[in-house]
Amino acid sequence: MSKYEALTGDQAVATAMRQINPDVVAAYPITPQTETVEFFAEYVANGEVTTEFICVESEHSAMSACVGASLAGARVMTATSSQGLALMWEIVYIAASYRCPIVMSLVNRALSGPINIHCDHSDVMGMRDSGWIILFSENCQEAYDNIIQAVRIAEHPDVLLPVVVCQDGFITSHAMERVEVYDDAEVQAFVGTYRPKWSILDVDNPKTYGALHFYDYYYESKRQQAEAMAHAQRPILEVTNEFNRQFNRHYGLFEAYRLDDADVAIVVANSTAGTTKVVVDSLRAQGLKVGLLKPRVFRPFPAKELANALCHLKAVGVMDRSIAFGSMNNAGPLFLELTAALAIHGVHIPIADYIFGLGGRDIKPGEIESVYRDLLRIAETGKVERLVTYLSVRE
Amino acid sequence: MATKLIPKELAKKPDRLSPGHRLCAGCAAPIVVRQILAAIDDPVVVANATGCLEVATTVYPYTAWRVPWVHSAFENAASTIAGIESAYRSMVRRGKIPDRNVKFLAFGGDGGTYDIGFQALSGALERGHQFVYICYNNEAYMNTGIQRSGATPLGAHTTTSPAGSVIPGKQQMRKDLTAIIAAHDIPYVAQAAPTQWKDLMEKVRKAVNCGGPAFINVLSSCNRGWRHETYETLEITQLAVDTCYWPLYEVENGVWRLTYKPKEKLPVEEWLRRQGRFRHLFRPENRHLIDELQAEVDRRWERLLFLCGETFSA
Ligand SMILES: Cc1ncc(C[n+]2csc(CCOP(=O)(O)OP(=O)(O)O)c2C)c(N)n1
Repeated sequence: MSKYEALTGDQAVATAMRQINPDVVAAYPITPQTETVEFFAEYVANGEVTTEFICVESEHSAMSACVGASLAGARVMTATSSQGLALMWEIVYIAASYRCPIVMSLVNRALSGPINIHCDHSDVMGMRDSGWIILFSENCQEAYDNIIQAVRIAEHPDVLLPVVVCQDGFITSHAMERVEVYDDAEVQAFVGTYRPKWSILDVDNPKTYGALHFYDYYYESKRQQAEAMAHAQRPILEVTNEFNRQFNRHYGLFEAYRLDDADVAIVVANSTAGTTKVVVDSLRAQGLKVGLLKPRVFRPFPAKELANALCHLKAVGVMDRSIAFGSMNNAGPLFLELTAALAIHGVHIPIADYIFGLGGRDIKPGEIESVYRDLLRIAETGKVERLVTYLSVRE
Repeated sequence: MATKLIPKELAKKPDRLSPGHRLCAGCAAPIVVRQILAAIDDPVVVANATGCLEVATTVYPYTAWRVPWVHSAFENAASTIAGIESAYRSMVRRGKIPDRNVKFLAFGGDGGTYDIGFQALSGALERGHQFVYICYNNEAYMNTGIQRSGATPLGAHTTTSPAGSVIPGKQQMRKDLTAIIAAHDIPYVAQAAPTQWKDLMEKVRKAVNCGGPAFINVLSSCNRGWRHETYETLEITQLAVDTCYWPLYEVENGVWRLTYKPKEKLPVEEWLRRQGRFRHLFRPENRHLIDELQAEVDRRWERLLFLCGETFSA
């Protein structure tokens, strides 16, 4: 039997980790992810898990130890934020290219400098081309659910890629919410036992991992990695659907909220999607046909599915919680990629980008409403006057 | 019964590092690695830091390693092996895999050990993982073309500490990493050389059986960087030992012990003279560097004798 508990996002992730009881966890504290590591350390200390917990001296070593443990055939997890992820960077790529099914909880926090501890998505956007599967979570429940699914997705024999599960720093990680926590045994049955095909501990069949690949082989190894990513969507949906059936959820590649009959829509990930739903409801009550698309699977990017879901609209607004500096019009990464997806799939509708919430700057319903009003104007005129707008910033 | 450390017995064991690798003729690293692997009868798993040993033994699709082996990056051999060792302990404890008495080794050059990988090594030692870290110490970044490291001795010419007309080679003494590792108070720390092969192999045996983390710093000549003939490798290594530039000792559970005492302590000049990287030191205006190096060798040797209980004052 599942039960409802009041949990923060960090605690929700730690709870999932307790239920998964991985073979190895290697992690290092950083705000706002720290509580996850602390809760997990407590589970270890109290014997609630039998995980080998490596309390490393840096995130670089955390990811390195995760890679080593994963190659040994262990089920491996870690958690970090911002600077921690930045310090891992070198090994983040290696984890993906060595096809290590590591699961990471990433509590999104702005990257330095200047230093800041609050939410934005500059950390995860830095790893978007690193070869990891990336999942977004709107709230504590989704963070919890995504972590459980991530294990199965990562270890799926047709995937074997690391998975990162994002949630918003403080907004989700430190907000206490009502979370449906499933029965331990049910979660354990869902994740099952990891049966790796290869292990560096197979001393009778010694293998070399991470050999030097020159121009004669490196390219093929990268080509294979692209192939793995290209085929990851089906297994992701398989695992998602199984999870939905078992735990009565409705996850997909993204969530469409009052989108079908909408004229305009906002595309926004993580916690702000929750605020946006409230705004959608209030504008709908005024008779305005507005909707929301909330991405869940960001890597592999579901370009065609997104284009299909948005093609009937008269205007689209992307809300980006980070800037791709020096890119076209200094837009955000989500906007850039979605724009390309729409163009490639022959969807030609006006689209604009709204940067918001950098370094944890609050985003209020009124500002989201102003985006919708902007989009409704664009829908009417068919003209985008400002491609990129920086919301609620002193300029 | 462990294989006896006599050539007749050891020669019967299959090589765990195969011939055909691409390390240079004259390189001491494969000698060191083969001696180490031959000393261990149990299964081993190896993590290797980026460097000459790694690149030259695993050019895909070939590998010279007949034991499980991984390379991840330059500075993380210690944390990578820590992850593997933790996974092993976890899965054995959970009954997922049998306990095969696997030994975990990490190999790193001096760059990967003294410099960029120092933090990861220190952390892994402090956490008490059961592994042996071997530094094959050729006293510079050789893989990238002979750049200085924290292990490069005073006065040595490297491509980033060139002997110029104003600055005659490296300006700093090397750090005493073996002593720094000993300060971690781990069960076993040693310094060794492939010339005293039996001493090295005995140290490896103690290291893998010490019940905790262990570290062995092995002098490993690079004829390209040190500038000597390929056949002089071991002769010059012996001079490093006999000048007490590279003393052989161990620190077992905090007890320091000399494992080799030269019959006659030779002047460090005898070792320097044989290597092109020190050639410029023999010009009159640079002689003072030889004196400084000698004084430092003497100071560290005296301290070591004291720590080993060979003398009563330092
Ligand atoms: C993070 C990082 N910085 C720099 C390098 C380039 N690099 C590769 S090997 C190496 C030097 C290795 O020197 P050492 O550890 O002494 O081993 P050796 O090659 O001498 O055996 C360097 C600088 C790298 N691969 N990774």
